[in-house]
Amino acid sequence: MPIKVLIPTPLRSYAGKQAVVEVAAQTVGEALSHLVAQFPDLRKHLFSEDGKLRSFVNVYLNDEDIRYLNKDATPVKETDTISIVPSVAGGR
Amino acid sequence: MAVTIDSSQTTLSNEEILRYSRHLIMPEVTMEGQKKLKAARVLCVGTGGLGSPLALYLAAAGVGTLGLVDFDVVDYTNLQRQVLHSTADVGRLKLDSAIDKLKALNPFVEIKRFDTYLNSQNALEIIKDFDIVADGTDNFATRYLVNDACVLSGKPNVYASIFRFEGQASIFGAEDGPCYRCLYPEAPPPGLVPSCAEGGVLGVLPGLLGVMQATEVIKLILGVGEPLIGRLVLVDALAMRFREMHIRKNPECPVCGAHPTVTELIDYNQFCGVRGEESEATTSTKIPEIPVEEFKRRLDSGEDIYVLDVREPHEYQICNIHGHLIPLGDLPKRVHELDSSLEIVVHCKSGARSAKAVDFLRQSGFKRVTNLTGGILAWADRIDTSLPKY
Repeated sequence: MPIKVLIPTPLRSYAGKQAVVEVAAQTVGEALSHLVAQFPDLRKHLFSEDGKLRSFVNVYLNDEDIRYLNKDATPVKETDTISIVPSVAGGR
Repeated sequence: MAVTIDSSQTTLSNEEILRYSRHLIMPEVTMEGQKKLKAARVLCVGTGGLGSPLALYLAAAGVGTLGLVDFDVVDYTNLQRQVLHSTADVGRLKLDSAIDKLKALNPFVEIKRFDTYLNSQNALEIIKDFDIVADGTDNFATRYLVNDACVLSGKPNVYASIFRFEGQASIFGAEDGPCYRCLYPEAPPPGLVPSCAEGGVLGVLPGLLGVMQATEVIKLILGVGEPLIGRLVLVDALAMRFREMHIRKNPECPVCGAHPTVTELIDYNQFCGVRGEESEATTSTKIPEIPVEEFKRRLDSGEDIYVLDVREPHEYQICNIHGHLIPLGDLPKRVHELDSSLEIVVHCKSGARSAKAVDFLRQSGFKRVTNLTGGILAWADRIDTSLPKY
């Protein structure tokens, strides 16, 4: 089922400038895989060389951090929203 | 959850009562609450984008002692958003400018100035005399420093950060609450997340977030409402949408967890992978560079040089030296447009992005590619002063 993935500003230029991308997936992991398959430039910003989610990027299913749910295996349903929230610091 | 403020010895003069009358008549504040505000000591780290509205509203509210930490000087480009400073202050220490305005707004506030770079040697000493810290800094190293120092000192850290038109706000380091490392255990590698100078920022954005910070500070002092402990508010100013994420305290957090491994302040520049943070970002391998004077000389002598501009189209509109525009992000896809037999000089705004471009091109097999040191800003400074700087 298609679910929404919200792309944060710093990553929009790697996702075809979109703020919301819809992907079909059963789990969070699948959704992110489909996302980076669609936008390969996003991959290195979300994942390290060994395929793990970068620790300065958090992924939320609705309002819960997936680290405290079932990580990649967290199931998703149609009304869910995945949010990618990277660390920002502003400045100058 | 409130911060414990001892206001038993605090009194309010008739003048102060009149000044704060709009607070006093609210059941959420009252004389009792206003005395707590007066007895409270809040440290504002940074008096820039976030620090401006933060300090102004805390002073207006009657926070008795405000500590201000900033070593920076007011720059002309700050005035688009750092409303504590004015045109006449350009070139002055932000601290001096801030103190003038805050004292003018509310002479009852005692201001403690820290004209220093907050670091691992002084942070704990500075923080110990305050009840609450509000982080308005502009780099990851200081954010982790402030976080760790607050957790180690047992002081709440009211946090906000911004990027372009999005912001985040929360409270870290509260008792039983998460800390910044629970949210982000590591900083992004330098160069991955642009600063305001590179990414730009909607001037109003830190205004919005800074006042949210001031609001949370006041709520902590008064012990009212629902503070942002364990809550991350995400603001999208363009859509004017506010979302909220639940932040959990990480039981394995190295600083605030059950078995902390960080028990004293560390080298935060190293933690964030920064080498000489304030200097021009160059890649770790030495790349060929050319100063603007030499570049001009070679162009004037008729040399066939291909000028590659790796900035964004909207920057090209501000000013350009008629280079061929391929934004840095597009370079991998468009590298075939470049002829590697030509002499290529690459420039951007100040030399950082173009250095990355040169590095990329060399790794792609280009042998005759050079970085213009200082970028178009250096050209506008020393060669063609009619060009606008930005």
